[in-house]
Amino acid sequence: MRVGILALQGAFLEHREIMEKLGCETVEVRKPGQLEGIQAIIIPGGESTTMGRILLEQGMLAPLAEMGRAGVPIYGTCAGMVLLAKEIIGSQQPRLGLMDMVVRRNAYGRQVDSFEADIEVPVLGREPLRGVFIRAPRVETVGPGVVVLASYDGWPVLVREKNLLASAFHPELTTDLRLHRHFLDEVITG
Amino acid sequence: MPERGTWTVKKGLAQMLKGGVIMDVTTPEQAKIAEEAGACAVMALERVPADIRAAGGVARMADPAIIKEIMAAVSIPVMAKVRIGHFVEAQILEALSVDYIDESEVLTPADEAYHINKHQFTVPFVCGARDLGEALRRIAEGAAMIRTKGEPGTGNVVEAVRHMRRVMDEIRRLASLPAEELVAAARELGAPYELVKEVVETGGLPVVNFAAGGIATPADAALMMQLGADGIFVGSGIFKSDNPAVRARAIVLATTHYRDPQVLAEVSQGLGQAMPGLEMATIAVHDRMQERGW
Repeated sequence: MRVGILALQGAFLEHREIMEKLGCETVEVRKPGQLEGIQAIIIPGGESTTMGRILLEQGMLAPLAEMGRAGVPIYGTCAGMVLLAKEIIGSQQPRLGLMDMVVRRNAYGRQVDSFEADIEVPVLGREPLRGVFIRAPRVETVGPGVVVLASYDGWPVLVREKNLLASAFHPELTTDLRLHRHFLDEVITG
Repeated sequence: MPERGTWTVKKGLAQMLKGGVIMDVTTPEQAKIAEEAGACAVMALERVPADIRAAGGVARMADPAIIKEIMAAVSIPVMAKVRIGHFVEAQILEALSVDYIDESEVLTPADEAYHINKHQFTVPFVCGARDLGEALRRIAEGAAMIRTKGEPGTGNVVEAVRHMRRVMDEIRRLASLPAEELVAAARELGAPYELVKEVVETGGLPVVNFAAGGIATPADAALMMQLGADGIFVGSGIFKSDNPAVRARAIVLATTHYRDPQVLAEVSQGLGQAMPGLEMATIAVHDRMQERGW
């Protein structure tokens, strides 16, 4: 299994280490040519405006979006979730726009409001997942094709639409591998 | 119950900034130029280091009005600087909800013996370091991110290179030591043994380490990244140059593609004049900002 990790900016190394622990071959993706031969993609946390602009300037936004539409599994965390959303409230920033949902950036506040909390994720079993939310986006509404896999405080924080998975929090900042394993077992090979 | 200001959350924001460029800005307009160019965060200041150096006198925390205007202008994280040891300036910045505080040698130190106890704050701190011992002392005080000091406001990368190399060399040296020598090594470094042990076990600093102080060109940024920096601070280098928007974008792309000489060649052309630099020998030791802090 060859998993591409979008490596323009942000916490891409953390995702890379986890996917390698799970037995995947990983490739850091910085240019369009590096998308070839990749079976799944992770878009890490970081600054969504930075990543969006580099994607656009390097002519990578369209081919990446096309891969997502063609069924290539993509998992986005935080900024990755923002880039996957069709609509970003109050922003015209470049995006992939693949998932039928509306997100609001920095909806929980600034860094002093960033937090961690236990999240119930039924598809991962009874043990809660430690959700680390850093200047996190909030999913305000989802379309009919989007399945909410977990919520916190009444808002969706983990969502799936066919081959696309997105979380508002950062499992890559913890030692819990279950969500990445879920992406591998259920979204990629499932 | 949500827990705020945890070590994971503080350190985590720095992890999200990795591979990115944090730019010094003094107005909302500059902040927007930085955001448009792809900065992953901005540092809100009253004056950039080159102007602080030129003006002399006591340099303090920026006027909160300027910081608030900059926070309102952009959606990316906003950092701001406090004087070394000035915990009340830090309380003020926390009350403003800035995203990161830089306890910085660019400003005039307020305490000659102690840095701020950064554990007491919910907002995370970044601090400068010239070597591993200094970095670990700051982390022991609660810094969740480290940067090289370099020599701010000079447009001369030589000191940032020296500091990054020293930190990396010391990490490699520690890794080669037998366990029984680590306590003595910790004492030599002036750093807590527990942190020294952690460096040996993980092969790196426990927090993100950026390069700062004298970076003026895309090639400078890529050089620091190849030497092991996790990301880049550019202070005077952008808004003291001929064409800030173009230079800012070039430094962002150079930081992403730091191992790709083709891209580096492309983004380095036609940028206009870089900021005029300062040769280190022309700055008296007592005028070097890096000597502030301990």
